[in-house]
Amino acid sequence: MRHRTAVLAGAVGLGLGFVGIAFTEAGDWGDYQVGDKRSGYTYAQPETQAMQDDDFENPAFLLVDLAAEQWTIPDGTAGKACADCHGDVENLAGVGASYPVYDEGWGKMMNIEQRINECRTENMQAEPLKYDSKGLLGMTALVKLQSRGMPMNVAIDGPAAPFYEKGKEFYFQRRGQLDLACASCHEDHSGEQLRANRLSQGQPNGFPTYRLKWQNMGSLHRRIKGCNRQVRAEPYKSGSDEYVNLELFISHRANGLPVETPSVRN
Amino acid sequence: MAQPKPRVRVPKKADKGDVVEIKTLISHPMESGQRKDRKTGELIPRKIINKFACVYNGNEVFSADLHPAISANPYLSFFVKVEESGEFEFTWVDDDGSVYTQVSKITVN
Amino acid sequence: MSKTLAAKDLSRRQFVITVAAGSAAAAALSVVSPGAVFATEDAKTLDEAIKSIVGDKELMDGADVITLDLPQIAENGNTVPLGISIDSPMTEADYVTKVHLFAAGNPRPDVASFNFSPSNGYAEASTRMRLAKTQDIVAIAEMSDGKAYMTRAEVKVTIGGCGG
Repeated sequence: MRHRTAVLAGAVGLGLGFVGIAFTEAGDWGDYQVGDKRSGYTYAQPETQAMQDDDFENPAFLLVDLAAEQWTIPDGTAGKACADCHGDVENLAGVGASYPVYDEGWGKMMNIEQRINECRTENMQAEPLKYDSKGLLGMTALVKLQSRGMPMNVAIDGPAAPFYEKGKEFYFQRRGQLDLACASCHEDHSGEQLRANRLSQGQPNGFPTYRLKWQNMGSLHRRIKGCNRQVRAEPYKSGSDEYVNLELFISHRANGLPVETPSVRN
Repeated sequence: MAQPKPRVRVPKKADKGDVVEIKTLISHPMESGQRKDRKTGELIPRKIINKFACVYNGNEVFSADLHPAISANPYLSFFVKVEESGEFEFTWVDDDGSVYTQVSKITVN
Repeated sequence: MSKTLAAKDLSRRQFVITVAAGSAAAAALSVVSPGAVFATEDAKTLDEAIKSIVGDKELMDGADVITLDLPQIAENGNTVPLGISIDSPMTEADYVTKVHLFAAGNPRPDVASFNFSPSNGYAEASTRMRLAKTQDIVAIAEMSDGKAYMTRAEVKVTIGGCGG
C-alpha cells in the first residue's frame, strides 16, 4: 500500500502535456521519440525516468536553483549581472536548442558553456568558470532549461559546415585499444546490451545531466571523455575543438528531439 | 556554492485531517569515509548528513538517522497528517556540526 | 566516411565479447569507482549491525507487514531508490515507532533509521542509497506495542557496461 502523491510523469518533465510516458509500452515513447531518434530517457529504467519526471526529485535542480540566484547577482569588474543584459532568463528560450553556433570572433564553433564564459570575460569582466564546475554546469542547465520541450534545432550550413564535417569524422573514426568509433556503439548497436547496460543512441538533448554514477551533474564533454576512456582511447579536454565539433555533429543528429535538460541518466 | 542548499516540497494548502506528502533534498556529497583518494591512496575523511528532523508547530513528527550508505544529495520523503495551519521546520545535521534549516508554511482549512 | 560501416564486419556476438572484455579489464585496472568500493577495516556483519540497534529483541516475520519498494535491478549502485511502507493504523494507540534499514552486502550494513510518530498518518518513507553489489535489503519495523518485524528483499546491482 503506497500513498504516492500523483505526479504527471512526462508532463512535468517536458512541459508538453503528455502523461504517463514511463508506463507506455516499449516502442511508444511519446515526445521522447521522433522518427527513429530516441532520447536516452527511453533506454533508462523506470526508477531513473521517475527521477527526471518530477523536477523536485531531480537533484540537478539543486545546481539550477543556485544558477537562478546567480543570474541577478553582479560579478566581475564591469559590475554586471547576467540579467543586466538578458533580463529574465526566460528570454533565452530557444537558445539552448540551437547551440553550438559559429562565432565570428572565434572563427569556430562555440557551445553554451563557452558562450557563458565569453559573456563573463568580455561583458562582465569576470573570471571564466571552470568546465564541469558547479557554477558552469548550473548556468548551462539553467539556460538550456529555458528551451526544454523545444525541438533541437542546430544549423550546420554556412560557416558551420566544415566544423560539422570534422565532428562527423570524429564520430565515425575508430580509436583506442578497442578500436571502436562512437558509431560502433551508438549507430550499429544501440538498443543492445553491453554487459549489464543497454546502449543508447548517444543523444545529447538532455545534457548537462544528473548522472546516477557520478551522483552529480556533469557535462556532455565529461560523458564523451568517459566513452573515450571506455574504449581505452586518450580523451580530449572538455571544451576542446575536437569535442565542440563532435557536439555540433551529434546535436544536429538529435535535431527534432526535445531539449530535456537537465535529464537524469545512468 | 559551499553551503549545502536544502530543497523542500510541502503543499501550500490542505484540508484539516489530510495526510500530505513532504519531499526533501539537500546538496551534499555524503562523503562515506570509505573512499580512497585516487592520487594519494589516503582515505577521504567521512563527512555526511547524519541526522534529519521535521518539526511541525513545535513537535517533532519525523526524523531520520542517516549512514554513509545514503546517496549524495540525500533525498527523503514521508507523510504528515495536518490538523492546523502553521510551520514546518526542517533541519539537517552535518558531521562537522553544521546545521542547515529550512522553514515552510502550510494553510490548513 | 569509408570507415562508417566497418563495425558491421564484426558480428554482434564478437562485438559484445570484445567490448565486455575491454570494460572488464578496464574495471579491474581502474582501481576505484567513487562510492562503489569500500575499505574493509571497519566492516561489520549484518547481525552485528542489527544487534547494535535493536538489541536482542525478538524479530517476527514481517513479510505481510512491511512492504519494500525497490527496483529488481538497480541501474547504478550509487543511487538506488528505496521506499518502505508498513501496514499500521498510525493512531496514538497503535503506530510504527521506528524503521531500520540495512544493506546486508555492504561492508557497513547500516543505511538509515526512520523515527515515526502517529502524526505521520501513513508509515511510509523513501530515500536513495548506495549498494556495493547485488544483495538483500533488510527492514526492521518497531511498533508502539513493543513488537518488531523483519523482512528482506533482493536488489540486483548492475556493474559494468558503459561505466564511462
